[in-house]
Amino acid sequence: MLTANNLECSRGDHKLFAGMNFSVKAGELMLVSGPNGSGKTSLLRLLCGLSVPDDGEICWDGINIRELGGDYRSVMTYLGHLGGIKDDLTAIENLRISCALAGCEIDEEQATDALRRMGLTGRETLPAKVLSQGQRRRVALARLLVTRTKLWILDEPLTALDVAAIELIKGMLEHNLSQGGMIVMTTHQELNVAAAATHQLVLS
Amino acid sequence: MILWIIKRDLLLAMRRRSDVLTTLFFFIIVVSLFPLGVGPEMNMLRMMAPGVVWVAALLASMLALGRMFSSDYVDGTLEQMLLSPVSLSGLVMGKALSHWLVTGVPLVLMAPVLGIQYDLPVEALMVLTLSLLLGTPVLSLVGAIGAALTLGLRGGGVLVSLLVLPLYIPVLIFGAGAVEASTAGMGFDAHLSLLGAFLLVSLVFSPWATAASLRISMA
Repeated sequence: MLTANNLECSRGDHKLFAGMNFSVKAGELMLVSGPNGSGKTSLLRLLCGLSVPDDGEICWDGINIRELGGDYRSVMTYLGHLGGIKDDLTAIENLRISCALAGCEIDEEQATDALRRMGLTGRETLPAKVLSQGQRRRVALARLLVTRTKLWILDEPLTALDVAAIELIKGMLEHNLSQGGMIVMTTHQELNVAAAATHQLVLS
Repeated sequence: MILWIIKRDLLLAMRRRSDVLTTLFFFIIVVSLFPLGVGPEMNMLRMMAPGVVWVAALLASMLALGRMFSSDYVDGTLEQMLLSPVSLSGLVMGKALSHWLVTGVPLVLMAPVLGIQYDLPVEALMVLTLSLLLGTPVLSLVGAIGAALTLGLRGGGVLVSLLVLPLYIPVLIFGAGAVEASTAGMGFDAHLSLLGAFLLVSLVFSPWATAASLRISMA
């Protein structure tokens, strides 16, 4: 269970939010929405532990994520605006390296299989620089097919994706939730994901 | 895990050979300019050789420092590294080692060839190569700290030289000193031992300091 207690975050002198409380349990989805600059990405960066809140704490199963360190990072997957895709590497190499970094090494066959399921058949051995924005996004998202982490923190996963890909992602999200996973994501699009409970967090 | 990072960085270096060659050619050209400028004064050249080669090696190693983390920072890979369950110090060690393999090892291999221009005796050439072999990994490891601290700053390139060059001074003194001691007919073991000690200390402390700097820069 992911809980946030009395969270406060500011950017320079500007206070983004204060006194924020929520909890996400197994099988639940939290959609974070709000206008540009309302602190969605800042919140997600706090939740994954990249930055430290000004006040309050974030707990995983009752223990502060600062204390958990590597144990928390091994149950969590964060996908940011930047997918971590290297232009000079092929789609397969990109996927294998990002999976290895996330602590689950996969071989070439598994990587090819995951990319095919993401609809990138025939593009597996192309360098990422010749792929389109949407295809690069698919390469980054392919990691979700391979990882076995419980908590997914996704920052605008649907940008640059076409309708078919959005359906695919929806299926992946539902699969993770049905396995007892948790998802915190931001999106500007309407998305009907079947979940045990869907929380809406609106930042202003 | 370290192997994954080294493999990836070497692969990236192979796909962008110009970056690797820039460092090497910079080193070759700087070292070769001195004999042309000073003229064929054998005694003078022999005397200045260790200093010139070592200073050129420092600057060449600096040249590629900026790229050590910045490309990973720009495309988001660094975020993933910080969020990796494996230790960040280990990943950083891998990055520093691949920086050395790409920028340090070619310099070590070229040094004896360039030393001939300075009329160095065979023993001095060997000592020069050996001192570079021990010293250049220190440059990469210490440089990593500076590169991590200046990540994402405007004018980071200048700042990193100001931060890192003073820390390179001991390596320069004992590296060049080893060669001078050998040409003067004295023992050079002490110099090399000290360089080895620098290498061990930086192997232990630099990854840890670099990881801490990265966390500060990314927060």
